[in-house]
Amino acid sequence: MTYLPKPKLHHPELPKNDLGYTRRDYEGSISTLCAGCGHDSISAAIIHACYELALPPHRIAKLSGIGCSSKTPTYFLGASHGFNSVHGRMPSVLTGAAAANRDLIYLGVSGDGDSASIGLGQFAHAMRRGVNMTYIVENNGVYGLTKGQFSATADRGAKNKKGATNQDAPIDMISMAMLLGASFVGRSFSGDKTQLVPLIKAALAHKGPAFIDVISPCVTFNNHEGSTKSYDYVREHNEAVNFLDVILGRQEITVDYSPGSVEVVRQHDGSLIKLRKINSEYDVNDKIAAMEYVQKHQSKGEIVTGLLYVDSDSQDMHDHLGTSSTPLNAMDDAALVPGSAALAKLNASLR
Amino acid sequence: MKPIEAVNDFVVKFANVNGSGSASANQMFAKSILRMGVPATPRNIFPSNIQGLPTWYEIRVSEAGYLGARGGVDLMVQMNPQTWNQDVASIVPGGYLFHDSTRALPHGSLRSDINVIGVPLTQITSANYQLARELQLFKNVIYLGVLSALLDIEPEVFEQLFAEQFKGKDKLIAANVQAFKLGRTYAQEHLQCPIGLRVRRSDKVGDRIFVEGNSAVGLGMVYGGATVCAWYPITPSTSAVEGFTKWATRFRVDAETGEKKFAIIQAEDELSSIGMVIGAGWNGARAFTATSGPGISLMQEFIGLAYFAEIPAVLVDVQRAGPSTGMPTKTQQCDVLLCAYASHGDTKHVLLFPRDANECFEFGAAALDLADRLQTPIFLLTDLDIGMNERLVAPFAWDDSRHLDRGKVMTAEELEAGREFGRYTDVDGDGIAYRTYPGTHPTRGSFFTRGTSRDRKAIYTEDGAAYQDNMERLLRKFETAKSYVPTPLRKDAAKPTKLGAIYYGSTSDSMEEATEILAADGVDIDLLRVRAFPFNKSVDDFIAAHEQVFVVEQNRDAQLRTLLINEGDLNPRQLVRILHYDGTPITARQIAGQIRTSLGLDKAAQKEAAE
Repeated sequence: MTYLPKPKLHHPELPKNDLGYTRRDYEGSISTLCAGCGHDSISAAIIHACYELALPPHRIAKLSGIGCSSKTPTYFLGASHGFNSVHGRMPSVLTGAAAANRDLIYLGVSGDGDSASIGLGQFAHAMRRGVNMTYIVENNGVYGLTKGQFSATADRGAKNKKGATNQDAPIDMISMAMLLGASFVGRSFSGDKTQLVPLIKAALAHKGPAFIDVISPCVTFNNHEGSTKSYDYVREHNEAVNFLDVILGRQEITVDYSPGSVEVVRQHDGSLIKLRKINSEYDVNDKIAAMEYVQKHQSKGEIVTGLLYVDSDSQDMHDHLGTSSTPLNAMDDAALVPGSAALAKLNASLR
Repeated sequence: MKPIEAVNDFVVKFANVNGSGSASANQMFAKSILRMGVPATPRNIFPSNIQGLPTWYEIRVSEAGYLGARGGVDLMVQMNPQTWNQDVASIVPGGYLFHDSTRALPHGSLRSDINVIGVPLTQITSANYQLARELQLFKNVIYLGVLSALLDIEPEVFEQLFAEQFKGKDKLIAANVQAFKLGRTYAQEHLQCPIGLRVRRSDKVGDRIFVEGNSAVGLGMVYGGATVCAWYPITPSTSAVEGFTKWATRFRVDAETGEKKFAIIQAEDELSSIGMVIGAGWNGARAFTATSGPGISLMQEFIGLAYFAEIPAVLVDVQRAGPSTGMPTKTQQCDVLLCAYASHGDTKHVLLFPRDANECFEFGAAALDLADRLQTPIFLLTDLDIGMNERLVAPFAWDDSRHLDRGKVMTAEELEAGREFGRYTDVDGDGIAYRTYPGTHPTRGSFFTRGTSRDRKAIYTEDGAAYQDNMERLLRKFETAKSYVPTPLRKDAAKPTKLGAIYYGSTSDSMEEATEILAADGVDIDLLRVRAFPFNKSVDDFIAAHEQVFVVEQNRDAQLRTLLINEGDLNPRQLVRILHYDGTPITARQIAGQIRTSLGLDKAAQKEAAE
């Protein structure tokens, strides 16, 4: 376990966000994952992001599949409804939930086994359907709960703990997400909180399918020499294209950066993403260039991280379906049941 | 050979080529008989094909009101040379064969015990029309004209039907009436009209409506308040979703904004469609999917999750023979056990068995109430015979004082007032706990949904006692369900009898007709139509009150019988299997024949059973 149990009482001067909540209000129960697990850092980043965005915890629905990563929603946002569903099937459950109530914020948490193997189809179709969600894959390249088998994101040539080499080509979920219609795509590293927290914040504020691949080393089964998902390997090969800040509301950007090094993206809810470019050539609005960049660096063994693509005019499933602005689950009998007079007319047309 | 003479009591079968536009002409023929006030029951017999393969449309005309399939053909309308031999062979002795005589008949292929009526349909059509599509469609209308003369159906009835079908398109109405008259006039001038089979105006249709079961399911879902439909195309259930789409578009689109009060999502497979239904149900919307047996097979894992996590969901299973392609366009009642015990672990599910489109509507809406009240998946088990055929049924009815019963849902106000919430706590002793919708209250009422590893407060635990406690509560809930579901309907014979029959769904019309056939032979049978699982106590009482009970169904393994024995702890010897499962709808003659055989009655019975 990563955390020591903490008492529910906290210091009266713990800072509060705009809603009057402290960070503690966004926590969940104590993690039961291995000490040092990358997933716990991601949970911490989610807590941090939700706190900073001042999201009402109960207006977030957190859904997951099955696996180590899918256990984590218990460890954050204790005041939110959660759903630990079926292996690889979080996207469909979340899609149905999002159809039922468009007013909640949907956070889907999955792993590389859950999303790249058994759930590859559901991942793909949730992206192309435009479900308004933040989809986080906690990617460690192995199956943890079943003791260290390679997953479908393991790189070809990577070694497992027992020394066997993976021969199969890896599934690149970043490129797939872009190809399939995700309107926000990012990648980060569980060990890089300064990059990950704002990325999650921007994804939560995004309308449409926001996909984040987070490389999250498995300390028990995939953190050794020869692994391409270990802390050391990822730190050495991290090729960040940008760092970002998320600014809520319509505040002016006053800080000066040298020309060409800062880009501001306005999302549909009015929030601004301020990108500090590391690579000045990289354009987050150009999907095709982004795909080429990611693939090119991947072939060199580099892991491209940062906000990789965003479509700031994105639409979501409800726009496609033309559904009512009132959530479907809030409609009463009067809105839904046509009544006996309409039925009498209908009967007459069937004679 | 004596030609059959029958008024308002005969079977007409159309043999056509799939995709030739015959379906709408044939449907109009069936409607013309209904408009003459005579009950008529059509059935589609179709291949897994879009264009080119044989398709049949069989209509039983029955003033007495028998709606089940009868067997045998009195008048064959033979429009497809591919199936000539089998079609000719299916005509009963003394029956009639109507064919297109433009081309010479195949040699040696005619029987001497039938009446042959030839009309040069192709020749008449090509003399009057040029465009390819016209040639095809008007040929169908011309044969309607011929049939109106042969069977003595009032031409005004057809003219009215054309006017309704092509309302607002006067040119089309006139063109169809003209084609119809071409056929009618030819028949009157060249043939002996009418033949021995005749339709005589009556008043036996009453206020009944003529509708497909699948369309009625879709309507039931609209009235029952379903807002999310997730599905994957599969015959014979697809038209249930088309029905929902049609009725929802009519009744649930905001007139001012154009916004839809429903969401229909075509999923990538059945796993995803049931996942979406469960997600929507978890989030407080009423949701359903429509599928068939193979789809239920694919949904198994999710069905178990919904059972254990107690999430409302409605699954419409339009049953068919399976698997693969071919037999799946034929009817069966073969998913009873699949659905009753669907998924891993100890599970049991609520099943509803509508007999016709009227009950498809009623049970469809009821299924959504039951799903919310019982917080569990509800299966609406129809079949291809009910789903994909128009049938004469009682008009749909709705009581405006009825409210959508959302079951035990704790509100923000109740939580705020300090009411204790435990997601899996049985506060009322009926096995049903309170739930909350996500997002209800800032600090109270949230919980984490998972399969079984949790306690009464939904807190994670792997404790065996907590698991068992929960499993026992689920059994209590299933017990509660017995009093919530539609009750069985009993109909006793005129005389006291030791024989009973249990039946359900699309077997009903034929079973009830069979009882009349048997009563005429002195065999009296009390009837019990089962309308839901879990079985009401009255089912056990009925079985206990009879020495022998026939369980009549359309599958090989006597699935309802197995369920009765398993759940009721009954003596299997008391329950006699009466089965039919070749993909055609069961007939009264088959049921009566099998029952007589089982009772060791005369050899004539065996002969009829073979029909």
